[in-house]
Amino acid sequence: MSTVTVQLFASYAESFGESFLKIRCEPGGTVGDLIRNIRTLPGAHVLPASPRVAVNRKFASTEQRIDSGDEVALIPPVAGG
Amino acid sequence: MRRAAIVTREISPAALINEVQSREWGAISLFLGTVRDTNDGRRVTGIDYSAYTSMAESELAAILAEAGDRFGDMALVVEHRVGSLALGDVSVAIATGHHHRASALDCTRFVIEEIKKRVPIWKLEHYVDGTRDWVDPARAGEVTRR
Repeated sequence: MSTVTVQLFASYAESFGESFLKIRCEPGGTVGDLIRNIRTLPGAHVLPASPRVAVNRKFASTEQRIDSGDEVALIPPVAGG
Repeated sequence: MRRAAIVTREISPAALINEVQSREWGAISLFLGTVRDTNDGRRVTGIDYSAYTSMAESELAAILAEAGDRFGDMALVVEHRVGSLALGDVSVAIATGHHHRASALDCTRFVIEEIKKRVPIWKLEHYVDGTRDWVDPARAGEVTRR
């Protein structure tokens, strides 16, 4: 069992009340596993059906595995421009 | 010349034009995004822009590379500002120099559309009634008041 640090921004950081979450992640765990664990936390109602996740600053699929040391972030709906 | 950056200072459109200017180009296209006073029927007083800066700059670099693949030889400079912006402030500027006007215009359009889809930047709008909302373009007309 290990933990992954997940960065939060904007509306997600406000809803969870944190800029970072420490989430349990089994070895070989995927982005989908991580999202399921995050959904159990207070504030998770803000997440859409398919939240976007970035691993090492690139958008990741739910099947992508997370390795220790990866930079993981939950990306709220983007609104640049 | 191809460059993209997230900046915290005021954007100078003239400086961007100077950067891309060259005798090679027959056209320079400039796009400016500015803070407007109304959104979804609500009077806006200003917008706080924030970003996941390292990823935003990496996505901008990827967009510039893709623009190069699509539109070939050109000069392209992009700046997106973060921080508290007032009405009328420039939030994003894209300057494209190209041999021909169609490619200059198309490239500029391509870049702003890609920014809106995939660059991790967020807007917190402030309204005259003292409320504020995170902007979600996919839910226009349906925002959570704070």
